[in-house]
Amino acid sequence: MSFNFVLIEAWNGLRRNVSMVVSVILVTLVSLTFVGSAVLLQLQVQSMKSFWYDKAQVAVYLCTEYSTLGQCDQAEASPDQIASVEAQLKSGTLKPYIDKYYFENHDEAYKNFTEQFKGSGVVDLVTPDLLPQTFWVNLKDPTQSAIIFEAVGGMSGVESVVDQRSYLDGIFSMLNAASLTAVGVAVLMLVAAALLIATTIRLSAFSRRRELAIMRLVGASNWFIQTPFILEGVVAATVGSLLACGAIAGIIVFFVDGFLQSSLPTTAFIQLSDSWIVFPVLLGLGALLAASSAYVAISRYLRV
Amino acid sequence: MIRFDGVSKVYRSGNRPALHDATLEVKPGEFVFLVGASGSGKSSFLRLILREERASSGQIHVLGQDLGRLSNRKVPHYRRNLGVVFQDFRLLPTKTVFDNVAFALRVLGKSEAFIHDAVPEVLGLVGLGNKENRLPHELSGGEQQRVAIARAVVNKPAILLADEPTGNLDPATSNGIMDVLRNINTAGTTVLMATHDTAIVNQMQKRVIELSEGRIIRDEASGSYQTKAHAIIADDFEPTRADSQPILVEPLDFDPIPDFDPMSPSSEAVDLSYLDRLKDEDPL
Repeated sequence: MSFNFVLIEAWNGLRRNVSMVVSVILVTLVSLTFVGSAVLLQLQVQSMKSFWYDKAQVAVYLCTEYSTLGQCDQAEASPDQIASVEAQLKSGTLKPYIDKYYFENHDEAYKNFTEQFKGSGVVDLVTPDLLPQTFWVNLKDPTQSAIIFEAVGGMSGVESVVDQRSYLDGIFSMLNAASLTAVGVAVLMLVAAALLIATTIRLSAFSRRRELAIMRLVGASNWFIQTPFILEGVVAATVGSLLACGAIAGIIVFFVDGFLQSSLPTTAFIQLSDSWIVFPVLLGLGALLAASSAYVAISRYLRV
Repeated sequence: MIRFDGVSKVYRSGNRPALHDATLEVKPGEFVFLVGASGSGKSSFLRLILREERASSGQIHVLGQDLGRLSNRKVPHYRRNLGVVFQDFRLLPTKTVFDNVAFALRVLGKSEAFIHDAVPEVLGLVGLGNKENRLPHELSGGEQQRVAIARAVVNKPAILLADEPTGNLDPATSNGIMDVLRNINTAGTTVLMATHDTAIVNQMQKRVIELSEGRIIRDEASGSYQTKAHAIIADDFEPTRADSQPILVEPLDFDPIPDFDPMSPSSEAVDLSYLDRLKDEDPL
């Protein structure tokens, strides 16, 4: 019975305060969407890291006729030079670190290149002799690429040694910056949401100040007075959180899986099934935020 | 039932105490008038009993509870033993008479069955048995105050506090309200009533406690409203027209001694400081 009364009071509060409640819903929606996007970006970064870091190789590019960098002097790496690089890779000092390596000659490099850039105009400009012969090295521990740099970087016939992870690091730091930005915006919006919820609850309490005064006089317990207001805030914020969950699901289904996946088919993007963890986080965060700011706002009215 | 031991109350902003070293005891079933000019400490007295304020010093015991040691968390439960009536009724304008009274029970979590028994009974007690479905603005002032009294006593409190319950009412209506309060008192409830209403106090011949500037200056069983303070005012009043012919004195366009009009209970400027304080607690 008294629980019913509390629910009715909360519902009346929501109904009397529609415009404020709508603004609470919208602000919660936007802020939690940013929170969710930040979490999704982090999930994406993690999944890409674990996917790519293991596959990342160290490339030992050898000299071509046209290269002037490293130990090259516009001369193709000679078979002797190639053999000594290979010998170095096989040597006892490097062997424990190397999982496997293979040699790619001009024609193989050209074949891979044309496959990779199929449809692009650059394919017509490239000839096999432009592409360097390469030793592709898979390390047992991908973080130890510095050993290869030291061992073969200075050898004659080696143009350069490149850890593919350095390309990935650029992408990851970009994604990290984006998710930090999203977190920053989310924090600002969450502060706004908390203040807005507090204001809404205060307005609601003000419009019911007569009832509150009488409740206090006749000795209604504090939880009985507080609960409708806290419920009011939590309901509004939960509607906002649900909408934010919808927005996040929409982003994954239509933008990530629809647009990004079709334009970058080789990249593994997060799926809806990977990101379910975001939804309880958003719902919990919204409810907690609303309950605590509503509680603080209404406590003023309960000082005896 | 109510015991004050050397109670003083000083408000943070006030330069003099609202209540100074008050000691008294009220026994169960008593009917007590609190009289005194505005600002004499009557409202502070009632607020202290309600535990809306804490005493600055001294001890207050009500119904066996030491109010100084009563934690904020326990205040709501303590207040269920008290009924309160105000000069301005404080009814909920959107609720019917029945719902206004029922509200006090609903917020305590009472069952609907209990409410449907208790509310008509108490409305009968205050003489409003046939007006259950009216809204407050459809009632006269006296009837509204009866609703407020019904709400205050529907939970059968041991003590009824009334802060100038007849302050907004004409003498005839006031007498009706006093009949209701007397009935409630006869049924066993202790009644503590702050008032300026000379006629009522004189007529009831109940215990009178007079406050002046926060001090208890009189505590009489079967007392009347007449006070030393008024005698002094009356003395001052006479000489002002002794030296001139009465016909030449221009009539004042305001009442120089608003408190000294035994015929009109509401002649004194209404003490709104209590309401102002209530408003300050609102955030907007």
